[in-house]
Amino acid sequence: MRIALTTSDVRRVQFWRRYLPILSTVFACSLGLLPIVVSSPVVPDFAFLVLLAWRLLRPEMWSATTPLLLGFFNDLLAGHPVGQSMALWTITFIALDMVDSRVVWRDYWMDWLFASLAIISYTFADWYIGRLMGSVSEFAVMLPQLVASVLAYPIIARLVLILDRWRLGQ
Amino acid sequence: MAPPKTRRPGFSRRAQYGLFFGYVVAVGGVLLALLLLFLAVSDRLGFTGLRGAALDLTAPVSAGGRSAVRFVTGGGELVTGYFGAAARNRELTRQLSAIQHRLIEARAIELENRQLKRMLKLNSAATDAITTARVVSSSFDSSRRLATIDAGRRKGVEVGQPVRAPEGLIGRIIETGLFASRVLLVTDGANNVPVRLVRDGTPALATGRGDGTIELKPLEVGKNPFKRGDILVTSGVGGIYPPGVPVAIVVSVNRDDTVARPLADPSRIDFAIVQNIYEPAANQPLVTAPAQAPPPAVEAPQ
Repeated sequence: MRIALTTSDVRRVQFWRRYLPILSTVFACSLGLLPIVVSSPVVPDFAFLVLLAWRLLRPEMWSATTPLLLGFFNDLLAGHPVGQSMALWTITFIALDMVDSRVVWRDYWMDWLFASLAIISYTFADWYIGRLMGSVSEFAVMLPQLVASVLAYPIIARLVLILDRWRLGQ
Repeated sequence: MAPPKTRRPGFSRRAQYGLFFGYVVAVGGVLLALLLLFLAVSDRLGFTGLRGAALDLTAPVSAGGRSAVRFVTGGGELVTGYFGAAARNRELTRQLSAIQHRLIEARAIELENRQLKRMLKLNSAATDAITTARVVSSSFDSSRRLATIDAGRRKGVEVGQPVRAPEGLIGRIIETGLFASRVLLVTDGANNVPVRLVRDGTPALATGRGDGTIELKPLEVGKNPFKRGDILVTSGVGGIYPPGVPVAIVVSVNRDDTVARPLADPSRIDFAIVQNIYEPAANQPLVTAPAQAPPPAVEAPQ
């Protein structure tokens, strides 16, 4: 980092350092507003993928309430019952914390494995809550989306890595 | 990758308490979220105002982009349409002449129908359009099949009202904002539409399967009455949907499950028409409904 920074520069750098993960997740939430009208679930839930990639990349920077608030925002935008993303995202974070305390050495493949497990349970929970809400459908309907999400994770993780480099390299 | 060091707060009591407190907050948050989820699942009316406001804020974003998407996809259709024009023209001319005969027949039948209804003194409830709106976006990353239209309470849209397109039924309203509403599509698993076969009037129930198709269940046990290419229209039973709106066309028939495709594809329709609830008492709570509603009129024999 340069030594001489004006106050406003410092403020700007600090802002991006702090809020880029949150802002990028919010942006991914708002991808749900894309004017695409589809008749079956095929597109991955980008908000969850981006948040998951940030969490696996930087485990230390999340406070307990961040996924809760982001989840609330996602619920409102995506039309899920309020509480769905709030609960699922926070549970995912707690589960990953437990994983972190057990598994000492991690690499790319391990990250993908944990991400895949998280995606599978998230998709299953989403389907099950839909079922509780009265939308009785086969789980097979979700399979294309599940596969797309698992395959999209490395790409999203790469994008998040680029964002992270930019965030820290200013 | 080396294990992240910062998860272990070391010997500092303050840091240890901080981490512990973080987990307490997280677990508390999960419990709170589960409570909210329980409320949302059990009565589905929690946060109506907030969710309506979110709809209002987000629908214009989708609406703006929707015209661009429509332009692009429309361009593709224009090109393919150009190449198939001659063959299509011939085909359409042939169909038109066939349809004109049927149209005259249909007019005669409609006239007769009106006379018969007048004789039976059936009050045909108001089924006029409340408003027309555009379908601006849909859920694409969950198992629910919901769409957003750009008309809300300002235009008189209320929860429960049926939504249709000229081609067929789209669904019904489940959430309203001031300027936008959310529609439960007929392809959603929570949407059960009472339908009947156009061919012989066999009643059935159309339930969404969540993947863009509809499952048909005949109300009578026995041989599967459906054939490939059969068209189904709403029967008006239940009082939400007006009778006679086209719903779906049968695409595959097995021994005991029949799959149909909705006639109104939400990704291609331009305008959705929001209509009044066919029999307003159908949307009332059960306790108050019998007090003000006369015994429902018997469905006119078709």
